[in-house]
Amino acid sequence: MSAVDPSTVLCDETIPGGAYWTRVIRRHTTLRIVDLEGSRGVSCLCYNADDPVERYNAADTVKIQNMIFVTAGRVLFSDMGRVLFSITEDTSGHHDTLAGCSTPETNRARYGEGDYQHLRNDRHRDGRTNFLYALGRHGLGPRDVMPNLNFFTRVRVAAGGALEWIDGCEKPGAFIDLRAEMNVLVALSNTPHPLHPSPTYDPKPIRLLVWRSPLPGVDDRCRTFCEEAGRGFRNTDALFP
Amino acid sequence: MSAFVESALRREDAVLDVVVSAGDPWSHLVGKGQTIRIVDLEGNQAVDTIFYGAADTSERYSAPETIRAQNNIFLTTGSVLRSSEGRAMLTIVADTCGRHDTSGGACSAESNTCRFGHDTLSMHNCRDSFLLALARLGMGKRDLVSNINFFMNVPVTETGHLDIVDGVSRPGAYVEMRADMDVLAVISNCPQINNPCNGWNPTPIRILIWD
Repeated sequence: MSAVDPSTVLCDETIPGGAYWTRVIRRHTTLRIVDLEGSRGVSCLCYNADDPVERYNAADTVKIQNMIFVTAGRVLFSDMGRVLFSITEDTSGHHDTLAGCSTPETNRARYGEGDYQHLRNDRHRDGRTNFLYALGRHGLGPRDVMPNLNFFTRVRVAAGGALEWIDGCEKPGAFIDLRAEMNVLVALSNTPHPLHPSPTYDPKPIRLLVWRSPLPGVDDRCRTFCEEAGRGFRNTDALFP
Repeated sequence: MSAFVESALRREDAVLDVVVSAGDPWSHLVGKGQTIRIVDLEGNQAVDTIFYGAADTSERYSAPETIRAQNNIFLTTGSVLRSSEGRAMLTIVADTCGRHDTSGGACSAESNTCRFGHDTLSMHNCRDSFLLALARLGMGKRDLVSNINFFMNVPVTETGHLDIVDGVSRPGAYVEMRADMDVLAVISNCPQINNPCNGWNPTPIRILIWD
């Protein structure tokens, strides 16, 4: 694991399986998400914290980069042609941009009933509901829930268009580093990917580390990865003259 | 996944029959049980489309819910278009194109700058058409989600490469859907001229609705 200078750390938290988490990640600070015990997936939405009507756009992210798999060197695009996050390091390598998050219905279909009355705080929480919990705290709601990104999971598209879940992405210790390129409001739901085949509801804890990361240089990997991303950074930098 | 199925419905029985010019927006209510047909009049015309629950527009078409439920990223006959709440909004009952896109989203002035360069910033784009159509309905940018691109061909490889390539459609090809709930259909007849999604030549479409 690439070391982080402790004097630069702004936040270091571990959240249990099933939890949500939301925070503003300031421009040029980095959010590291660590798979501690073999993650079942972490669903993510993000927004321009200064103007949340600008938000992560899965279609633009995959279309501008001609690639549905995002990993180190790639970026997450907003719907305004700007970069929310750069992926500066990634020891997992597997993240899903297509299949969306769990819902009360997908949880019920796979795991059966799991309500609070019976399970108390071990209830089966889902991505859709967790996003509403997290976004509601910022005055956002159902109209702000877009197709999300899923960390630590792999879904391939077979010839003919079928979605194929690829097993084996649970890697304790694996992490992804997301460097904010604007002030980013992030909402995470640490709930199992809707296609994860485990028959029992067993999401695992993740560690969330935010630190003042080094400023990107002119030869920064993400800034120079492709012309399309370069133009996205030009659009983003214009917000911060 | 491809299911060529023709419709038995006759044009003269339609309760609505309109042509939407190249590059124009269009919206209309489609009541539960009604059938809507979109005709690609001249071929290879992408038709960017979002459906909203008429009773509560915060419920809207969801690409992830739709592709996960049918375990396929392409739409054709038999596909159920699902909402953000996982409910059936419409079902494709006929399709003479065979494949429609759920991944590529709509073009915008902003994404055009990244994809094609800043000299395309002022070109007409689906975002403008969608915003105009939504404004007339009292809605706005927060209501823009990943849309369907009827007649658009966006293959994805096993290694993740995605590209917008020449269409699989042809003049007169159509797709027909029966509404499973009251929905608002909002369409941008795509004006993109910087890639082959419209065969480099945006053209009109016809829309028909039957009771």
